Amino acid sequence: MVRFLLSGDAPRSRILAVLLALVLVGLAFAPFIFPGVRALHTAATICIFILLVASYDLLLGYTGIVSFAHTMFFGLGAYGVALASVHMGRGWDALAVGTLAGALAATVLAWLIGLFSLRVRAIFFAMITLAVASAVAVLVSQLYQLTGGEDGLTYQIPRELTPAFRFGELFGVRLNGRLLNYYLVFFTCLALFLLLLRIVNSPFGRVLQAIRENDFRAEAIGYRVVVYRTAATCMSAAIAALAGSLYAIWLRYVGPDTTLSFEIMIDVLLMVVIGGMGTMYGAVIGATIFVLAQNYLQNLMGLAAEATAGLPLIPDLVDPNRWLMWLGVLFVLSVYFFPTGIVGRLRAGR
Amino acid sequence: MSEPILSLEAVETDIAQYHILKGVSLSVPRGQVTMLLGRNGVGKTTTMRTIMGLLRNKAGQIRFDGAEISGELASSRCRAGIGFVPEDMGIFSALTVEENMILAAVSGAPDRARLDWLFTVFPPLKTFWKAPAGTLSGGQKQMLSIARAMIEDRKLYLIDEPTKGLAPAIVSTMVGALRELKRQGASILMVEQNFAVARALGDHCVVMDDGRATWSGAMADLATDHALQERLMGLSMEAG
Repeated sequence: MVRFLLSGDAPRSRILAVLLALVLVGLAFAPFIFPGVRALHTAATICIFILLVASYDLLLGYTGIVSFAHTMFFGLGAYGVALASVHMGRGWDALAVGTLAGALAATVLAWLIGLFSLRVRAIFFAMITLAVASAVAVLVSQLYQLTGGEDGLTYQIPRELTPAFRFGELFGVRLNGRLLNYYLVFFTCLALFLLLLRIVNSPFGRVLQAIRENDFRAEAIGYRVVVYRTAATCMSAAIAALAGSLYAIWLRYVGPDTTLSFEIMIDVLLMVVIGGMGTMYGAVIGATIFVLAQNYLQNLMGLAAEATAGLPLIPDLVDPNRWLMWLGVLFVLSVYFFPTGIVGRLRAGR
Repeated sequence: MSEPILSLEAVETDIAQYHILKGVSLSVPRGQVTMLLGRNGVGKTTTMRTIMGLLRNKAGQIRFDGAEISGELASSRCRAGIGFVPEDMGIFSALTVEENMILAAVSGAPDRARLDWLFTVFPPLKTFWKAPAGTLSGGQKQMLSIARAMIEDRKLYLIDEPTKGLAPAIVSTMVGALRELKRQGASILMVEQNFAVARALGDHCVVMDDGRATWSGAMADLATDHALQERLMGLSMEAG
């Protein structure tokens, strides 16, 4: 059963299997194991970023395409839900229409970008995606009457997904719409992640890997490289848009900084590299470590500074205000020690 | 005499600013092995890549099985029945031997009987069926590369230096496999630097020099005429 769900793509490392199981259990029971608004928000963010990073891995790790437009697709999904909710009013229909419209818009845009630019060299494609993503970000900022500009949009989602909707208590945890919202995010991300695993382990996925290794050779054995690359770009964009829609449903707010910024694109790149490209499971490990570090490293450093208050120099070094520097150091070290990513290293060392 | 399976008429190809093929004309008879010979750098590999569609010819005609294919993509040429074994083998290292073979069977699942035949011709492929192709030795990679082209019945096989850099024992396995393919009536165009191999397999021969086909005829004629070899290729081949 597990093998079927994982499409025959076992973790191939005991440590990795344990880590993945820990993440799965941690996220599945997050509301009960880590009560509190902040912890739940962190767990939901991890779920969404696992999906976003996995969809990017389909592009970068499996097909060898470098794109800087991934957060643009993420943003299209998020703005789809936001705009539908603003204009159609609170309701499930607005969520459905917004999600579908966002995914469709992302797919069409990805298809157009792919059609016009996947024939060119990889570096030019990367530059084109960067230009398109920047243009969309500027457009969203300029069309403030529609998109709320830099302030973004706040909107209402169905009451069943908000904290106001309460229906009891379990193990001391209040059961409310926020919990339902979390499980909507969790199960949708899980299902889409398993779908991605299925895609990369299908014959289609094998062709993508062949293209990544040697596109000329793949063409010479009968595969239209540009068609496969475009298809992978569209799938990846659609799933990124769905992740964006989930983020919008979870946050009840969208803005350029939360969904379209280049910083998010860099974060996604780092998560793929740290986790391990072309592995899918790397997305799980990379996103979890990264989001946890982003949310808790500062607290951890605060505790360390307090504990070492009597010592010279060390409290200054671990001052919570220096958390970004240490985050950078951690990434440099992880790339240095795990050049194939954490998953690549774990699999090689079995 | 039947129409050749492949014919090139005054084909010219550039790579970047370099004019490599300067009007290649040759033909490959059906059901025969045609050897493409010549010194290094005369355009043999470029000719193969141009036929396969990996390089675009800027002039001339390429006719395959009666149809002009110059404008076709490499993938279309493959699906039309051309199997290509490149000089660099071109295997997909991260994929297993099995995945490499399945990918090459573009018209569907590989035929079981053909696969069994390939296992008898290249036994290591069966042994390492589930292993990543990147872990194979050089000879085994070459076997995989050739087997991949042979997994489906092709109208024409383009094979670029199949014995390059291989140990003598592996070379004899290769020759055995190609002889078996020849026995089945396959049409083959093959670049080969090892003259002993060329003589053992070739029926027909085309010699290239400076981006042109300068001589074509029976392999046996070239193999026995040392003066001709000297004139065409600058040295006499002492086939072992």
